Amino acid sequence: MARRLRKFLPRDAVIAQPEALRVYECDGLSAYRQLPKLVILPRTVAQVQQVMRVCNELRVPVVSRGAGTGLSGGALPHADGIVLSLANMNALLQIDAVHRTARVQPGIRNLAVSEAVKHLGLFYAPDPSSQIACTIGGNVAENAGGVHCLKYGLTVHNILSLTIVTIDGELLTLGGGLDAPGYDLLALLIGSEGMLGVVVEVTLKLLPLPQSVQVLLAAFDTVEKAADSVAALIADGIIAAGLEMMDNPAIRAAEDFTQAGYPRAAAALLLCELDGIPQQVAAEVAVARRIFQQHGAVEIRVARDEHERARFWSGRKNAFPAVGRITPDYYCIDGTIPRKAVGAVLRQIARWSDEYGLPVANVFHAGDGNLHPLILYDANQPGALQKTEQLGGEILRLCLAVGGTITGEHGVGVEKVGEMCVQFNDHERAQMHAVREAFDPKRLLNPGKAIPTLARCAEYNAMHVHRGATRFAEIERL
Amino acid sequence: MSIPTPTPEADCQQALQQRVQTAYAQRQPQPLCIIGGDSKAFYGREAVGEPLHAGAHCGVLDYDPSELVITARAGTRMHAVQQLLAAEQQMLGFEPPRFSATTTVGGAVAAGLSGPRRPYAGAVRDFVLGVKIINGKGEVMRFGGQVMKNVAGFDIARLMVGAMGTLGVLLEVSLRVMPQPQAETTCRFAHRQPQQAIALFNQLAARPLPLSAAAWSDGTTRLRWSGNQAAVRNAVQSIGGEEESDAAGRAFWRQLRDHDLPFFGGEQPLLRYAVRAGTEVEVEVEPRKTNANADTNANAAQLLDWGGAQRWLRGAINLDELRKIAAAHGGHVTHFRHGDRQGEVFQSLSAPLHALHRRLKRAFDPAGILNPSRLYADL
Ligand SMILES: Cc1cc2nc3c(=O)[nH]c(=O)nc-3n(C[C@H](O)[C@H](O)[C@H](O)COP(=O)(O)OP(=O)(O)OC[C@H]3O[C@@H](n4cnc5c(N)ncnc54)[C@H](O)[C@@H]3O)c2cc1C
Repeated sequence: MARRLRKFLPRDAVIAQPEALRVYECDGLSAYRQLPKLVILPRTVAQVQQVMRVCNELRVPVVSRGAGTGLSGGALPHADGIVLSLANMNALLQIDAVHRTARVQPGIRNLAVSEAVKHLGLFYAPDPSSQIACTIGGNVAENAGGVHCLKYGLTVHNILSLTIVTIDGELLTLGGGLDAPGYDLLALLIGSEGMLGVVVEVTLKLLPLPQSVQVLLAAFDTVEKAADSVAALIADGIIAAGLEMMDNPAIRAAEDFTQAGYPRAAAALLLCELDGIPQQVAAEVAVARRIFQQHGAVEIRVARDEHERARFWSGRKNAFPAVGRITPDYYCIDGTIPRKAVGAVLRQIARWSDEYGLPVANVFHAGDGNLHPLILYDANQPGALQKTEQLGGEILRLCLAVGGTITGEHGVGVEKVGEMCVQFNDHERAQMHAVREAFDPKRLLNPGKAIPTLARCAEYNAMHVHRGATRFAEIERL
Repeated sequence: MSIPTPTPEADCQQALQQRVQTAYAQRQPQPLCIIGGDSKAFYGREAVGEPLHAGAHCGVLDYDPSELVITARAGTRMHAVQQLLAAEQQMLGFEPPRFSATTTVGGAVAAGLSGPRRPYAGAVRDFVLGVKIINGKGEVMRFGGQVMKNVAGFDIARLMVGAMGTLGVLLEVSLRVMPQPQAETTCRFAHRQPQQAIALFNQLAARPLPLSAAAWSDGTTRLRWSGNQAAVRNAVQSIGGEEESDAAGRAFWRQLRDHDLPFFGGEQPLLRYAVRAGTEVEVEVEPRKTNANADTNANAAQLLDWGGAQRWLRGAINLDELRKIAAAHGGHVTHFRHGDRQGEVFQSLSAPLHALHRRLKRAFDPAGILNPSRLYADL
């Protein structure tokens, strides 16, 4: 294999030494590790095509990889396969300021795009918290979101076209303009976790930077009051640019780490960012302030200047590392639920947290109901990871029971394949496999991820469904 | 707040599923022609097969304004949904065309057509959160859901948009909704030539303005500003133009959306030329010579919507030539209405992409019974 690839790839594009392979053994979900046979670092689209033809011919599994910041094990290597790292294909190919588009290679970092177009008064809206490191290719594969997606949408809303290389080395362009003839394969590819093709070029939609941005910080003495005021704000017709919530454990961890000025005693904290033209922002700030007051906010602050706005956000943006400081390990869950269920679900999570003896801190995208409970544990304690995963599974099944989903933005990867058996029935999963085989009949692209086999689900359901069906009796009626 | 009339309710899932199962099980599988409100019978290639009346399966299943989501059976009339939303000051952001009063939610999603707001707020597919479908084997399945963010499994919900019913019979659809803008104002500019309109559209494109529609027809460019009162006033003042009355503005955009403007009348083929908004290439459009009453002004044969990204053309146009021009500019041409419905009405795909479409069709509908050949002759 290596010999075949070296025929057309430069020496440094093929990594085979175990020491060098180790860098690629896991992604952001480091509990899962596996060494690949080889890591390939192509520099051109033609090289990607050639690599794919060889892999297809020799039936070698291919795991694409961007920056490896994924949190579901999507880029976890396959023992018999290669990792195809797109990290060296990171050029910004073209900026079109008039039509507000940027054509980029997949390995470019998310933040690098917004930085490169800032001088034109433009930005790329989806901003995952990992944006300094994660790549556009990885964002496409996971349909990444960020704090601004309530107003500006997810990756799927901000991509105009994709060029992919299929498993047989064919180059396909999907989308283009505001629509394209045929099936919406652009939408299908986004969020497909590297299982349908390798993304080699992306055209992004850019937006004009808002003229004015304002942030409110509101503290509440119960999580419910904070959740209710989120619903009230939205019912009032205000679509905030960002609407984030933290619970008390998260507030304290973030405050200790960043000194953002958060009220440490608050049960819940909301950060509400409003943007647009100055008059509009001023009007909306007044409405938001009134709604927070009506819902019993114990403290409301409006950032007085850019410096204070950054300070308000610093705690939220550093919440994950802040939690990381107070625990040897943490496990991030990613369910999405209808907003009206937020209070009840958080209460249930708190009860389980006591039951399992595992602290949980909640930091999440309240505007779109995307929860990120962080379960604190110590991997060195025997059995702690298993217990944590068990609790995580309970939380995800609860998200489903209230009408939500097991993953809002981190993807299924290897982590949540089990829960896919609860979210989808046999027909639905079989349909997904059939879609996959339309692209990749030999199932060589990222095998073992995202969509479980029948056998896998039979095993999972034997373990869980009985409990899942009876546990949430009081919450299901929401 | 007015109380909307309750939408009619009927659960026909079982009957629909049985029809598909039966059609699939026959030794000679029986093609089905899926019909919602029958408002877009003119669209796509000529329909074949026994009618399957999905429009009977109707009723709003869930709507909670603070969740910004509505779930309805696919046969629910679009106007009923819009009424229900309007009572809560909400709306569908993609401004769906209603070519007749019977337009259904399922038909709107299957055809994937969006109105004037599309470039600024998003297309049908941007608002689809989940679907329940019957595939070609008669299996009922759900994909996506009722929440904004959802990456569990492939995005098969969005794949249904614009598939013209060739991949599944839609049973239910969950759509994201938007708050209605606080204020809306239309301004007009006298522009004899479409180039003038395109120049204005390009000039506006990169600015943070609350534009929600931009069109040019018959010597007039219209811009619609929507949003917060202050933002709209600010835009009107800084960009100028002559303000239209609320009624006139609303009427124009509705007529454009539903193809009720005189431009869309008559039986001449109507072509939809989708192209990158700023494309300067001019299509040579012959005046409408064939129609004795037609305006002799060449401009009457062309109408620009979507800030220039969607161009409607009528007249003696060489479709193959236009498709070549479009392809060279990353655009495409749809033979939208009238004329020959037996040829390919959608722009052809590259060979590998077409082959992939066929494999996908087989993955959902192995016997080829769902709206066969409505999208492409061999799908
Ligand atoms: C601290 C932290 C915060 C985070 N915050 C957020 C957040 O706010 N929102 C959010 O959505 N995510 C977040 N994430 C998760 C992660 O950053 C995203 O999923 C991101 O999109 C992954 O990008 P990546 O380049 O690291 O991809 P990788 O981890 O390398 O890969 C992710 C998946 O994409 C596939 N892939 C990568 N490149 C390609 C390609 N070119 N073609 C085809 N498939 C490809 C891989 O096979 C894999 O399945 C966070 C992660 C961390 C560590």
